[in-house]
Order: sequence, then C-alpha cells, then structure tokens
Amino acid sequence: MSGIIEQERYTCAIGALQSVVAIPRSVPILHSGPGCGNMIQGFFERSTGYAGGSTSPCTNFSEREVVFGGVDRLRENIKNTYKVLDTDLQVVLTGCTAGIVGDDVDAVVEEFREKGKPIVAVETAGFKCSNLEAHSLVVNAIIDQYVSLFEAENPARSEKATVNLWASIPYQDPFWKGNLREYKRLLAGIGLNVQVLFGPESAGVTEWQRIPRANFNILASPWYGLPIAEHLEEKYGQPFTQFPLIPIGANETERFLRQVIDFAAEQGAGIDVGKAEAFLKSEEGAYYDEIDNLATFLLEFRYGLPNHAHILHDAGYVLGLSKFLLHEVGIVPKEQFVVDGTPQQFHAAIKAELAATSDKKTIPLCFEPDAGKAQDVIRAASNKGRGIILGSGWDKELAKEKDFDFLSISVPSPYRLVLTTNYVGFSGGLRVIEDIYDAVLATYR
Amino acid sequence: MEKVNLSLPEVSVREIRLGSITGFQGSAGELVQQSRCGLKDKARSFSQCLGCSTAQAACMVTLIQDAAVISHGPVGCSSCLHEFAFTYRVNSPLRGVDHPTQRKIFSTNLDESDTVYGGAAKLEKAIREVHARTNANAIFVLTTCAAGIIGDDVESVCDEAEEELGIPVIATFCEGFRSKVWTSGFDAGYHAIARKLIKPPRERRTDVINVINFWGSDIFSEWFAPFGAKPNFITPYSTVESLRYASEATATIQACQTLGSYLGAALEQEFGVPEIKAAPPYGVAQTDHWFRTLGKLLGKEAEAEALIAEKKKEYLPQIAELREKLVGHTAYVTGGAAHGHALLSILGELGLTAVGASIFHHDPLYDNDCEDADALAASVNNYGDVPNFNVCNKQEFELVNTLNRLRPDVLLCRHGGMTLWGAKLGIPAQLIGDEHFGMGYEGIVRYGERILETLENDEFVKNLEKHAVNPYTKWWLEQAPQTFLEGHPTAEEKKTA
Repeated sequence: MSGIIEQERYTCAIGALQSVVAIPRSVPILHSGPGCGNMIQGFFERSTGYAGGSTSPCTNFSEREVVFGGVDRLRENIKNTYKVLDTDLQVVLTGCTAGIVGDDVDAVVEEFREKGKPIVAVETAGFKCSNLEAHSLVVNAIIDQYVSLFEAENPARSEKATVNLWASIPYQDPFWKGNLREYKRLLAGIGLNVQVLFGPESAGVTEWQRIPRANFNILASPWYGLPIAEHLEEKYGQPFTQFPLIPIGANETERFLRQVIDFAAEQGAGIDVGKAEAFLKSEEGAYYDEIDNLATFLLEFRYGLPNHAHILHDAGYVLGLSKFLLHEVGIVPKEQFVVDGTPQQFHAAIKAELAATSDKKTIPLCFEPDAGKAQDVIRAASNKGRGIILGSGWDKELAKEKDFDFLSISVPSPYRLVLTTNYVGFSGGLRVIEDIYDAVLATYR
Repeated sequence: MEKVNLSLPEVSVREIRLGSITGFQGSAGELVQQSRCGLKDKARSFSQCLGCSTAQAACMVTLIQDAAVISHGPVGCSSCLHEFAFTYRVNSPLRGVDHPTQRKIFSTNLDESDTVYGGAAKLEKAIREVHARTNANAIFVLTTCAAGIIGDDVESVCDEAEEELGIPVIATFCEGFRSKVWTSGFDAGYHAIARKLIKPPRERRTDVINVINFWGSDIFSEWFAPFGAKPNFITPYSTVESLRYASEATATIQACQTLGSYLGAALEQEFGVPEIKAAPPYGVAQTDHWFRTLGKLLGKEAEAEALIAEKKKEYLPQIAELREKLVGHTAYVTGGAAHGHALLSILGELGLTAVGASIFHHDPLYDNDCEDADALAASVNNYGDVPNFNVCNKQEFELVNTLNRLRPDVLLCRHGGMTLWGAKLGIPAQLIGDEHFGMGYEGIVRYGERILETLENDEFVKNLEKHAVNPYTKWWLEQAPQTFLEGHPTAEEKKTA
C-alpha cells in the first residue's frame, strides 16, 4: 500500500501528457475529468508548448459520462480536434474517470486510425502509476500504434551510426531541453547520429518514424524509461546501453561517453575511436581550464561558502549531483533524498551506485516520495557548517528555516525560470557551479 | 429548494442550485434578460481543458493559516496546489503576516488497488498522520473524481477522526466531474467551513465586517475606518479561530460574488450576519451605491455620504482626465463571471468601448437571490449593452477566434493563460492579479493608468505577433466562434461534416 505524500515532487500518470507536448506539433487529447489538464499545467508551469495547457482538447467528464460512459463525447471531440487544431500526432490519454468507468478508448481511436489519422491511445488513469512511469507507457504506445505503421520505409537497425536517446523526461526534468541538446552534441562529437525525439532538437514525427532505423538505444537513467529500451529491444532487436545516472561534470560525462563508445564499437557502429577520444580530450581541456581558474575562489573565499549539500530530486540527479559536488566542486553530499517514487526493485542498484561515489565517505540515502517527511529529516540534521539545499520550490522555506543556501533545480519550481539551460555534460557541470555560487554570492549585500 | 442547508454534507453544484450555465453567445443585455426567465445551458461538441472544483475548494482552505489539507485521491489531484503555497508566502506582507508558515498539503496517493478495495482505511490513517505531523487546528479532506466514483465514505471517516482527535476534520465534497462550473468548488470549501467550523455568535461585534475575498491588498481597513470597523478577511490568511467567529461580524461584503456567493448567504441565513448585497464597488455608480448600502446597514449613512464626497472630490477629476485619453479605444474582457462584469464597468467608466467579453460561466442570480447583486445588470444599466458576450467556460479556441475577429485595442484578463492569445495576435494584454486593484473610485484611476501603460508599451506584443506560433487551423479562424455550441445553426452540420 502506497503511503501519503506531502509536497509532491512528481504527479500522476496523466502528467505524461507533457511527453506528448514535448513532441513538436503533437497534441494530447484528454479523456478525463475537467481539472486534470489544469492540475498538470499548474504543476509544471510555463509548459504549454505547441498545444498543451488550455489548448489541449479534453472531454471534461461530467456526471453524465460517469454514469453512461464517455465514448461518444470522445469521438466527437477527436473529430472536431482535426477541424480546430493543426497537428501531426494526436495522443489520447485517459484519466481516472474514464479508467474506472471502463470506456473502450482503444476502439474509438482505432476508428480514426483506420481513416489514416496519426492517432494513439494510452491508459493513464492517475491511480495507475506516476508520470515518470507513465512516460514509458506513452512512448511505447506511440511506438506500437504510430511508429509501427512506418516500418516498411524504416527497416530495423538499418543505420549503423544512428541511435535513439532516452534520457530526461520532458518537463519533469526542468533542464530537459538543454540536456537533450547537450547529449546530442556530445554524442555527435563521438560520431553518432542521435535521435532525441523530444523538444526543439528533434525533427518531430518524422524522427519518430525513423526510430526503428537506429542501431541501438542509449538509456541515461537509473530506472525511468527502462521499459522503452526493453520494448525496442524486443520489437526491433535494438540492444541498449544504460548509463545509471545523469552525467554532470567531467568525470561522469567522460565515463558516459566512453561507455557509449565501447558499446558502439561492439555494435559495429563504425565510429572513429581516435576522433572520438580527441573530442573528449578537447572538451575535457576546456572544462578544466575553467575549474583551474575557479579553484582559488572555491578554496579561498573568506566570507563563507556552503560545505555540504542536501539534494531532493529524482534518482538520476541525486546520483549525478552527489558525485559531481563531491569530486568536482568540493561540496560534501550529506543526507540525500530520492523523491521520484523509484520502484523498490531499483533501490539496491541506486544505493550501490551512490556508495561507489567515495571509498572514504558514506552518503546517507533515503527513498522518500513523501518529501514533507524528507524535509523533517533535514530539519533534524545537524551537520557542521553552511549547507545548501538543491531541491524544488517547496524547499525554499526549509532553507530559510535552516539558514541554508538554496537552489531550485526540480519541479515544482515557482521560484526559478529554466528555459534551455543544460545540467548535463561538461558545460552542464560548469552551469551548476555558476548557479550554486550565484545563489551563494547573492546572499552578500 | 433551499440553497443553504448546513445539515447536509454536500452543497449541490451551481448548475442545480443557481441554474448556472457555461455556454451562451449574444449580448450582455440579452443574457441579463434571459437570466430572469430561466436560462438554458448549451453544450459544446468540442472542448478543451478546464479547471475543476477540487482546486477551487483547495484555494479557499489551503490559505487558512493553521489548517492542513488532505487531497483524497491520486497524487495528481493536488498537483497544482503548490501554487497556493507560493501565493501564501509571497502575498503575506499584504496582510501583515510576518512569518508565513509552510502550507500543509497532503495527498492520500490512491493507487490502483485502492480503487478496487476502497481508500477509506488509507484516509483514516492519513488523517492521524497529518494530525501528528502538523498539529493543525483543523484538517480539510478534499474529495476527487476517483474517491467519488469508488464511493469511499469520506464523511464517516472524517466524523470519526474528528471525535478521536478533537479538532475539526472536515469532509469537503468537490469531485471534479460533478460540475462544469469549477467555482462550485468555492461553494464546497465554504460549505465545509460553514457547517463544521463556524459557531453560533456569542455576541454581535459592530466593529468587524467580514470580507470574503482572495489574497489582494488590504484596501478595506481604510474604507471601514470611518464606520468604526475593521475587516475580517475570509479565508486567505484567516485562522481557524477567526473563521469560527465570523458569525459575530456586523456585516459581510464580497470582493467577488462568484467567489463568495454561498458563504455570504450562509452567514446571513444561518448566523444572522447581514450581507451587503449590492454589486461590488467597481465604477463610480456602483461604488456610490455600495457605500450607501453599507452605510445604511451600519446605520451610518452620514459617514457614508462624507466618505463618498471626499473620495469623489479627490478622484473624479483624475478619472475625467484619464477618460479623455482613453475614450475611443476598444477593449475586450475575459475572466470569471463577477470580476469580468466588474471589468466591464471599469471600462465603461473610463470611456473605453467594450467590444465583447468571454466570461467563464454565468450565475443568473447568486445565493442571496437578490437582483441588486447582479453586477452584469448593473454594468449594462450604467454603461450600456456589450455585444459579442460569450459565456465561454474558459474555452481558448473560442477566445482566439473572437479576438482574431474583433481585434480590440486592448485585452483585459483575469485568469492565467489568456493574455497569451492577445499578445500572439499583437493585442496589448494585461492581467491584474490583485482583485482589489480596481475597486472604488481610486481603483478606476489605478486601472486607467495601467490600461494606458499597456496601450503605450506594445512593442513586446507587436514583436511576438510577428513570430507567434499558432496551432489553430485557418478553417477554424474563419468560422463563427459559437460554431461548436449547441443550437448554433452550423453546429449540427459541422458535427456530421
């Protein structure tokens, strides 16, 4: 039985409608109660994209649909969506109402697909799972119901140097746009042609149609998105390589890229390893120029800098940032909190990965979707020195209580705007440093 | 049927209680006229995402200083409530709350097995845990679609917990699917407060006036001072204790009747606190009328006249000056019902021509059943009819279509997400979050200045217009805005096309 949640840091299954919003010129069509879209819009904020938010069609279940079913209303809404909105892909997502009532949404959607419409249905009743899990449901539904229609023109594994990347979950990762851009740039640097599928760096539905062509998949995530990679392995025989965290800074970015280089070689991607290594070296050089220049500040600044950090985020960020802060910034990670509802079966591997961060230190880690409870642990902690909390807008008040520094890096994030900033990669590490010390220095007036 | 019945756990939704509608196309005058003889709602064959009741109920109970809130549903049903935590913190200086405390917002996080076996046991446990963790003086339990359909007995669970814990634990029935009028959620929140929190008065306090409002600036302390009274703000920044004895105030006023309709009536009918039923003070005529009504009720007519005279002396010349600059400009209004009507009155006072409005829903009359409270009627009487009056249920596609057609000089919005479409079409657009900003004579001046500023500084929207992305089809922009509204001549044909 799942427990209560205070200060939620993720949302319910229908929140994965944002993964549709992130595909250029696509529209989520909600078959749900009236407030679902509004709740999701309010959770992510500034996240309407092309046709999300108040633009997204919704059947707005009323008492009548709850009693008599809502398929007629859905059919009508889909039909009129084609008249009102100009979109390349339509994804129907169900809410709790439709889920409990048991509407046969697949049948309605099938009617339109038979007429040649690029439409997909996916069950995302809120009680089913979190939006992080539902992201995979949405992607796999698009693969099965849309991508599969274009297999004839896109033979499986027909392009040796092409890969699909599954990493940041759109909007749930506030840095998703920038991160996908940086992953793409880095992977292009080692000689791969990358399909990122979401956001401005993707080519929209035509890129989705080409998913089967990829030689293999890259999954940069400790757990979310895994069902996508597994599904593509089964469906198109594409193997995948999983990197268990978000690579931030030089150490983990190099580890990530070397893992991909090795895997690409195994899969016969035909990349030039010498060139790839040269690219890594040049990126690394530029990175350490900056760190070298900065080290004096980090070591000498006389007026006080944070010496330890608490992170409340998804498992990928907790791992990536803990490693980065300890080894590349000199901030010691203390109690860490994975607040993304990571399923139990992944806990051990994530713990092991964090334990491997240091052979001198143990970093306490807690899986706690009830972030209010996580806050109580931080409230009670008494680590020496000035702390910094890296979390969501919820944590700003806690930071104030503790007289800690604060950086907003996860949703919901009402106190910070993120547009196309990336935290992934060499440049992402430098940006994290800028953000942390901007916040710290802003306290000196 | 009785509109206020505090012996029942639930208050009926606005469609049933007030005959409210969410679809209409005509003129404001026609709507006022039809409101007196039975309005019929119209359905849409195309619809976009709405808000729902649970967020509005939460809006009213989350901001009580010492209460905790439990959303009984899947985690998504409380997703946007962090916005109220932000509001509470950011606006606290406006209400003299020096140390705003963290909002206590929980979800029972219902999962699939709960929908099969029921979530009552989980709720019971949650209430105990929230009590232990927050030490709140009251706990509100908000229902959701999932909890409603699976049929959890939330009322009994709350009653038992209340007995066990010794604090009010209040079931608040606000499932989204029950109403198309999301303001039904305000009523649900107020019904919860009225039936379980508010106690019979111990005395009548002539120095206290209830103000049912959101979280705007405090203009009322100054306004009430000549009457020897001070505001008791309901519910944002109130306490469980201050709400409990709202029953002792000498009167209740509304900042927005769409918001406070139900509680104003409940306080009058059940606790004897008279409600000022005059439409809120927007525009000179309504402001005159409102202060006079207040003075009369308090037995302080002379004080009211003195205040009116003093304020008019100061502000009427400024209003006249603004009118000269603004006259001839066209404007379009979009917002919730009563506040939208208020904006129309302000426009009328400032000499702008309202070329239309997209108002989210319409209540023929409020819970007080009083025609004097009808702000739209007042606006039409004082400033004339408004064409293209669309009750739109916040349907963006209708707004975009209409704006594109009418191309007003300025767009006035009350709710988030709507200014964007003005801007995309190159129409200067403004949203004023503080709902008290336009009240009274001084409010007309403030609003006029802001409209001038918006009209003057249109460089941003003109640039955005050049680069705006538009997902709406050319076909749609060429149709009549009410094409998908039931009864429209082309609606049936379009349905089968």
